[in-house]
Amino acid sequence: MKIAIPVDDKSMESSVCPSFGRAPYFLIYDNTTNENYFLDNGAVASQGGAGIKAAQAIVDNDVNTLLTPRCGENAEEVLSKAVIKIFKTIPGTAQQNINAFVAEQLVLLKDFHPGFHGHEKQ
Amino acid sequence: MKSNSMKIAVLSGKGGTGKTLVSVNLACVAERAIYIDCDVEEPNGHLFFKPVYVSGENITIRMPSVNDTLCNGCRKCVDFCKFNALAFIKGRPYVFDDVCHSCGGCILVCPEKAMTETEKIIGEVKKGVSGNVAVNTGILKPGEESGVPIIKKLLESCEADENLLTIIDCPPGSNCVVMESIKDADYCILVAEPTLFGVHNLSMVYELVKLFNKPYGVVLNKCLDGENPAEKFCMEKNVPILGRILFDNELGKLNSDAKIAVRESEKYRIMFLSLLETVLKEVKNMGFGCGY
Repeated sequence: MKIAIPVDDKSMESSVCPSFGRAPYFLIYDNTTNENYFLDNGAVASQGGAGIKAAQAIVDNDVNTLLTPRCGENAEEVLSKAVIKIFKTIPGTAQQNINAFVAEQLVLLKDFHPGFHGHEKQ
Repeated sequence: MKSNSMKIAVLSGKGGTGKTLVSVNLACVAERAIYIDCDVEEPNGHLFFKPVYVSGENITIRMPSVNDTLCNGCRKCVDFCKFNALAFIKGRPYVFDDVCHSCGGCILVCPEKAMTETEKIIGEVKKGVSGNVAVNTGILKPGEESGVPIIKKLLESCEADENLLTIIDCPPGSNCVVMESIKDADYCILVAEPTLFGVHNLSMVYELVKLFNKPYGVVLNKCLDGENPAEKFCMEKNVPILGRILFDNELGKLNSDAKIAVRESEKYRIMFLSLLETVLKEVKNMGFGCGY
């Protein structure tokens, strides 16, 4: 199963990025093969629709599960249409969150914030 | 601009400075005027005019929608969209209406003509009459992204005829909707408050009208005894001061009762008539031919 996490650095020890749509990178980890790679988030500097674009990258990488502290409504819509489950991260590194997920200690993310729709800079 | 008509925009960097007070009263002292409320998120000129409505029209924007039988899943539309308003999931594009800018690009790039346009109502334009003033109001539906299409409609529908003064009551601030509102104005009146915060906001609209190369002048509202930072700003920048409105209980009371001061009191009629004359003189000095 492929797991994605928004991260601040390209490292398994990276902290989880507080933003999903604006995260600099995504860690993609396959828990069946133990392989991982990092994706540059093309949405990081988008004027608007960053959540949609970031979610698109997650969909395109055939991810099954996203671990994130927060997620917007539009990204959630994309991910749910693609049947990707979203779990809420806990404080700690990407690796610690993967361990927690595998140990079934993470809960599904329930609150999705409204989009900013290009108003970020106002 | 036709020779005997003129469009005057009234703007300010923040809300509550007196744009509507100035706009409504100037329109009322003119012989014949159109008052256009471009503050589509919070139009309030109609509260003063209480117009008899003669027409209303819904304003729509065009939204793409996907025809599933024609779509071959080539993804060109999704890759084209610079606003990230389209997502591609399980071989099918999805449109996010609140992110879409109605540019029509996805429709152009679709090789299968699977993208069609649907109309979405974002608000309305209402037209009415109040005495000598035609009152046109734009109303944006709550939650809609941008009032620009409504303002475009408001301003294109006011093709000025002879000897008609057009007063454009702008939204507060200096963003897209304000730019759209002043675009075709012949003159800009900046309304300013005598506070440091007021000066900050005045300087923003001052930069804007300079950028747009519009002739402009300032009305100092809520003037009190003592130093007026907005006046100081005008002196320093050599900005013409068109008039001063005192911080005045009587005027405040009339305004808060949604009454039009110039229709209630001769004193205010004279005051705003003199302001209008000053504005028209300014415009003439700028080289506009006008018939007032």
